[in-house]
Amino acid sequence: MMRACFLLHDLLADSAGARPDAIAITCGGAAVSYRELDRRSDALARTLADAGVERGDRVMIYAENGVDAAVAFWATLKANAVVVLVHPQTKPQKLAYLLADCRPRALIANPQLPFADPAGASQHLARVLVTGTEAWTAAQARGAPPRRTAIDVDLAAIIYTSGSTGEPKGVMLTHRNMVAAASSISEYLAIRSDEVILCALPLSFDYGLYQMIMAVGAGARLVLESSFAFPIEILRRIAAERVTGLPGVPTMFATLLAMDSLAGFDLSSIRYVTNTAAALPVKHVLALRDLFPAARIYSMYGLTECKRCTYLPPGDLVRKPDSVGIAIPNTELWIVDEQDRRLPPGQVGQLVIRGATVMRGYWEKPEATARKLRPGPLPGEQVLYTGDLCRLDDEGYLYFVARMDDVIKSRGEKVPPKAVESAILEIPGVREVAVVGVPDELLGQAIRAFVVVAPGAALDATAIQRECRARLESFMVPTQIVFRDTLPRSGNGKIQKTALV
Amino acid sequence: MPALQTTTTLREFVTTNFYIPPNLPLDDATSFLEQGILDSTGVLELVSFVEGRFGIAVRDEELVPSNFDSLGALAAFVERKRA
Repeated sequence: MMRACFLLHDLLADSAGARPDAIAITCGGAAVSYRELDRRSDALARTLADAGVERGDRVMIYAENGVDAAVAFWATLKANAVVVLVHPQTKPQKLAYLLADCRPRALIANPQLPFADPAGASQHLARVLVTGTEAWTAAQARGAPPRRTAIDVDLAAIIYTSGSTGEPKGVMLTHRNMVAAASSISEYLAIRSDEVILCALPLSFDYGLYQMIMAVGAGARLVLESSFAFPIEILRRIAAERVTGLPGVPTMFATLLAMDSLAGFDLSSIRYVTNTAAALPVKHVLALRDLFPAARIYSMYGLTECKRCTYLPPGDLVRKPDSVGIAIPNTELWIVDEQDRRLPPGQVGQLVIRGATVMRGYWEKPEATARKLRPGPLPGEQVLYTGDLCRLDDEGYLYFVARMDDVIKSRGEKVPPKAVESAILEIPGVREVAVVGVPDELLGQAIRAFVVVAPGAALDATAIQRECRARLESFMVPTQIVFRDTLPRSGNGKIQKTALV
Repeated sequence: MPALQTTTTLREFVTTNFYIPPNLPLDDATSFLEQGILDSTGVLELVSFVEGRFGIAVRDEELVPSNFDSLGALAAFVERKRA
């Protein structure tokens, strides 16, 4: 189990000290030991510091899952800086927004970066390192990290999340936040040093990132996959690497369970399976129990702002399949009504989370922060108002009811309808649009766009989807396009989405 | 359908349905995944296209990068299945 530590990267130092020759990460054909991960990130931290990265500066990482991204993550922390991991399929427009918003001092990017001149795109960049180049190899060749100046209340990471407004918000997380979350989750999952955790989730997604943090914390091995695009490859990897931990989202499990050749793979090494981001349909829960009879199956729920709220102990899965479970260790939760009065079991209200995992706020968004963080029971303390409607049962188990806003959850990702609507409205010939989520067994929710086109505009569904792909990350692209002559409106002129579905 | 025409059909589908960065030359060997052209959902769309368009059935074990990760690989796979 994990030892006490102040800074997140103390986890790496501990594991590198205790098990230097153990393999920390494998990805494709590459493997890196704890000693090597520690040494390379030391050297890269030195390079970053020499380039002018100081305590509290942001370092953006735009890279696919792999050893390079992992080295960059730990190196940034060792440089006393703040990590901003960005999904490598982020489109130019959003990337430009993120660069302008967090003003990174350094950028570590793969060669697919959609800017010829990133330093021109962001005036604050002192250094751009492109993975796979000679400069990248040299940047992590040798050198000791700079003097440790960060303390545990300093920021370790900013994780961008799509809010209801459509403008990404940077969730500020301190070292203490992240160590607390990793400790809590590692505790209830009982992660051991001989664990082999397969992560096909992007490291830019906090669920993916924490797989690496927890594996490193335990001195275990992380098997990183670049994506879940080829499920048979994942199954082969599970068998070949004797994978013990399998974190996923409902879409991944639905894909796996639909495969007809599952029986041909040895999946007996799996000790635990975790699901979050959206609820698993009960029939999938039961099918997973059949597929992994020896495994503990965890249904979990949370939001980036506090990493995780609840988990359902595996023993309760059959008894309470609809529940998202109990508060994670060392955190507390309750439900309030609109007047902030605590509600008894059975009544639906807003979920409030208290504990060391609660974020420091949204980066440079004080108003949005004030809506989510409010005074807690102790002087100066802040607790998280999640914006999620939930209820508790008599035994204290939580049930998720709905988001207070109408964010669509598709493929395990949050999709703010407004962001999709804005993108579609940019398409020449589109007059009006309304985007809603509709239930979908594979996606959780499918994104359906109701579109009104201008007379004479030659737009079909394919054309609109293609235009969306140029403007939005793929999980935000509507899978269903419905053409209408008009959209229903309420008395005050707002589009009435409830009348559409 | 000759092999060249298969490649042309596939290229047309990929370029009209997925986002290709303007500065990226899409040749027959360009990796869809490495270049960020396709993700897991995109691969599934590609599967349903080739099944519908070419009247073939893709088995689970055929859904691997060596068959689906570039235009050239996919065209060769489709030709093998139709042979």
